[in-house]
Amino acid sequence: MRQTLVRVVGGVVMSALAFGGATACKSDSGSDSAAGGDCGYKIAFFGALSGGNAQLGINIRDGAKLAVDQYNEKNKDCAVTLVEKDSAGSPDQAPPLAQSLIQDTKILGVVGPAFSGESKVADPILSEAGVVIITPSATNPALATNGWKTFHRGLGNDASQGPAAAAYIKNEFKATKAFVIDDASEYGKGLSDQVKSTLGSLVVGSAVVKEQQTDFSAVVQQIKSVQADAVFFGGYVREAAPFLKQLRESGSQAKFIAGDGVKEEVLVTGAGAANAEGAILTCPCMPGEKAKGTFAADYQKATGRAPNTYSAESFDAANILLNGIKAGNTTREKLNDFVNKYEGEGVTTNFKFQPNGELDPKSVQIWAYKVQGGKIVADKEIEQG
Amino acid sequence: MNFSFVGDNFLSLTVTGLTQGAIYALVALGYTLVYGVLRLINFAHSEVFMVGTFTTAVVWTALGYGVNDPAPGALGVVLLVVVAMLAAGAASGATGLVVERVAYRTLRKRNAPSLIFLISAIGASVALFETMGALTDRQPRGIPVLLKVKEVFSLFGASVTNLQIVIIVSALAMMVLLDLFINKTRLGRGVRAVAQNPDVAALMGVNKDRVIMLIFVIGGIMAGFASVLYDIKVGTTTYTVGFLIGIKAFTAAVLGGIGNLRGALLGGLLLGVVENLGAGLFGNEWMDVVAFIVLVVVLLFRPNGLLGESLGRARA
Amino acid sequence: MNAVISKVRQADEGRVRAVTGLRSRWSNLPKPWRFAVVAAFVILLYSLPGLELPIISTPDTDFNSVLFLCAVYVLVAVGLNVVIGLAGLLDLGYIGFYAVGAYTVAILGSPNSPVVQKFPWIVCVPIAIAFTMVSGVILGWPTLRLRGDYLAIVTLGFGEIIRVFALNSTITNGNRGISAVPSPGGDWPSWMSWFPGIDAGTKIFSITNVIGFYWLALTIVIICMLGVRRLENSRVGRSWLAIREDEDAAEIMGVPTFKYKLWAFAIGAALGGLSGALFFSKQTFINSQSFDLFTSILWVAAVVIGGAGNQLGVALGAVLLAYLPERFREFADYRLLAFGIALIVMTSFRPQGLIPSNRRSSELKDRAKEVTVGE
Repeated sequence: MRQTLVRVVGGVVMSALAFGGATACKSDSGSDSAAGGDCGYKIAFFGALSGGNAQLGINIRDGAKLAVDQYNEKNKDCAVTLVEKDSAGSPDQAPPLAQSLIQDTKILGVVGPAFSGESKVADPILSEAGVVIITPSATNPALATNGWKTFHRGLGNDASQGPAAAAYIKNEFKATKAFVIDDASEYGKGLSDQVKSTLGSLVVGSAVVKEQQTDFSAVVQQIKSVQADAVFFGGYVREAAPFLKQLRESGSQAKFIAGDGVKEEVLVTGAGAANAEGAILTCPCMPGEKAKGTFAADYQKATGRAPNTYSAESFDAANILLNGIKAGNTTREKLNDFVNKYEGEGVTTNFKFQPNGELDPKSVQIWAYKVQGGKIVADKEIEQG
Repeated sequence: MNFSFVGDNFLSLTVTGLTQGAIYALVALGYTLVYGVLRLINFAHSEVFMVGTFTTAVVWTALGYGVNDPAPGALGVVLLVVVAMLAAGAASGATGLVVERVAYRTLRKRNAPSLIFLISAIGASVALFETMGALTDRQPRGIPVLLKVKEVFSLFGASVTNLQIVIIVSALAMMVLLDLFINKTRLGRGVRAVAQNPDVAALMGVNKDRVIMLIFVIGGIMAGFASVLYDIKVGTTTYTVGFLIGIKAFTAAVLGGIGNLRGALLGGLLLGVVENLGAGLFGNEWMDVVAFIVLVVVLLFRPNGLLGESLGRARA
Repeated sequence: MNAVISKVRQADEGRVRAVTGLRSRWSNLPKPWRFAVVAAFVILLYSLPGLELPIISTPDTDFNSVLFLCAVYVLVAVGLNVVIGLAGLLDLGYIGFYAVGAYTVAILGSPNSPVVQKFPWIVCVPIAIAFTMVSGVILGWPTLRLRGDYLAIVTLGFGEIIRVFALNSTITNGNRGISAVPSPGGDWPSWMSWFPGIDAGTKIFSITNVIGFYWLALTIVIICMLGVRRLENSRVGRSWLAIREDEDAAEIMGVPTFKYKLWAFAIGAALGGLSGALFFSKQTFINSQSFDLFTSILWVAAVVIGGAGNQLGVALGAVLLAYLPERFREFADYRLLAFGIALIVMTSFRPQGLIPSNRRSSELKDRAKEVTVGE
């Protein structure tokens, strides 16, 4: 019997550990922001709040939550609720959530879906039911080409970020031999393809890395053997950090540039500050501290953290929906018309949507960030064209 | 297919492959020991390794060696590595022990079929990595850079760095020690006896339970050592790090002949090299496919792996 | 603490007695009665989307979609049960077959796939089944000569190869995936509009209303379960049993073991392919993200926990695997952790599974008696 006891106790200890640890990490899990004077309208957040990609989702949720809270503060007589749909970023889990979302007729609009993969399965469902979609983060260009009539994108897509990164490689790095890497993901490959086609003959080689790969010897060897002087990495930080470390440790001094998926502090800690120094990261997101108005301070106050990737974009997206509701557009159809015709200043940029749902190209801004002294700091806005 | 690239860089790819293979080999020992004695796949061994990778990070941080500190001098490096190995070995060994007690012992007493053990071990694996996921907020964690990597000597044009030497040499030293332990000591003889015939060994007065605990702990310690080398090499870890390394290490163990310690070494090194050459030849994305196809081909011709099974007869 | 554990054990044993009692009483019932009970249960299953059941339905997600997912997982479990439960072959890469079936339908049927010639859904699905069956034979031919654990690692490799291929090949569009995966056509006739949630004239198989897909999946599940049941009690089924119990003895007794193992693999593969085809017809979009090995391993766990060898058992295991995480969405992060702990606890208390196969549980008892010396 004793060994059974050990098993049971072991299981209990494991779970206790996990619950204890996790509750310590998560302080704000309140889901509904509705106060009194609720007149019933809702907007939804759709994206990953659990699983491996949760951090990005949490940034977005917090941005939207801040917008809703501020709105409710000013409009106590008609508060709006934020509904949270946690997809874990998985296309498999998205459709049932989208279906439950459309069944609640009080939900007029969605901030999200956060990723491009889940967007592909959730957006047709949402669009068919007329729910207004404003994604603050899904940057795959193909999303706007499906004729989804309620789709809007509140930031530039990969087709603008890719050429911007390529322009940086050409004009700032003045590179002559570029090596392009992607991780075969929807996002990474899309971005890398854009870079490749813009750079054209400057590209001397390319490679595909695997998800969760940690040993990049073969790729690094390839980069060395073609003597590349610039490396573009289209993918996420989990693979980029060890890659950058091994690239530098092989003695290569090729300049490193990557997309927004790599713009996280762990790039610096994982690769080592010395190895990461000078790495350039592009992002269709403006530096949080440069956002207009009091957003950065408000966000810090509400969440205890500085605004992170996509927080400001999601704040803007939520505000567009809320403005529409305030203006009396309280059906999905009316709200969609409102967003289609919307023209206004947000904290990130000036919002005006094209008929296919893309942001007006004039409003798209791509920023370059730079690793400097062990920190990711804003470098400059990249000029387009 | 890129023959000219592989041709030009054959030695470089082999050296880097050996480095990765040394880590596979150390992890593979855990699978091989448990399989050799119990004839079971310890599915949770990958998480034993994962726990080790985090231990190093935590211990170094606790010692005041932060992620942005400059690399320490030679004495500092040795000190940090020794401390990390002790801590990670202890943490992983303890995890191995917990896995044995929680996921294996009751079932062993009931003589359950091996499928049930597999499921129980999968449960332990899930519980462990999910716990770590919750504790780390599911974020990757950076590990301080230990070595200022530089080329030590050049082997026919392939540069060999201090990092590679550290990893390969310490892995080999570990393997030799373990081999001596199993083959020369009293406890090691007990392990071999139980592996050969548990019933007879029990009749001869070998404490089977203790032997089984021992192999879980030793496998854990080896995985802990591997995790330190991994941390030095890779520089980041996440809660899901074990799964892939675990599958690779298990493949290595099967390749060399599961249950056979020297087979684990051979399988690990071979897998590392084959993978790296395959990645050079067919493209990095086909690395795993190459590894598995090699495994199937080897098993077709040598159904018990390259060096054959059996921990008990490893000496013969 | 010890007292608690033995109490739990006792309660469980009581429950087992009750179940066995129920089972013998059940087989003593006259045939029409049994038929009536089964029919009532099936009708209940079909009417689930229309009944607004309080506790059972899922508050945070669409209940019909969850029902559909359950049905697909049951089909997966039925197929995997043929391989693991009946023939005793450990297949950790079963998801490879699921992927092959799904991709076959997507590539042959979707206007967005690189293959030019397009076929309607009803043509794609049989091709997908045939194709997965062939892939099962191709995998099985060289590998089924290997024993137990070697087979496990090789099948695991197969599952991973399929995923890597789907991720990097042009025929699958890489990770951009294939959208507009075909689904069956047809509109709801007006005489069906009495059922809650159905509007006459709308599409039966639509992305916004999953009732049609659920009924289709349920029907296929029932047909397949009946089919496998027939197989189980045939010459083939008895050969599988012999192989599972002792392969060498079976071979000596004249059972062509390799041939029947290959059959088990092929049939299991076909069912896996069918379930993949079904799931992605509803999903309408496919990319390699859905085919990770971890899911495959969870399926094996569901089959064993449910009760390998018993169709009802594996079906229950699959339903729990599909349903519980959706029902308890509010616990977000802890669902998988709870699952892991449940696996440890379940194997400890009920190694034979929730609804065990008769033969398997008696086998377990025998083994427990054979505990070696020195324990």
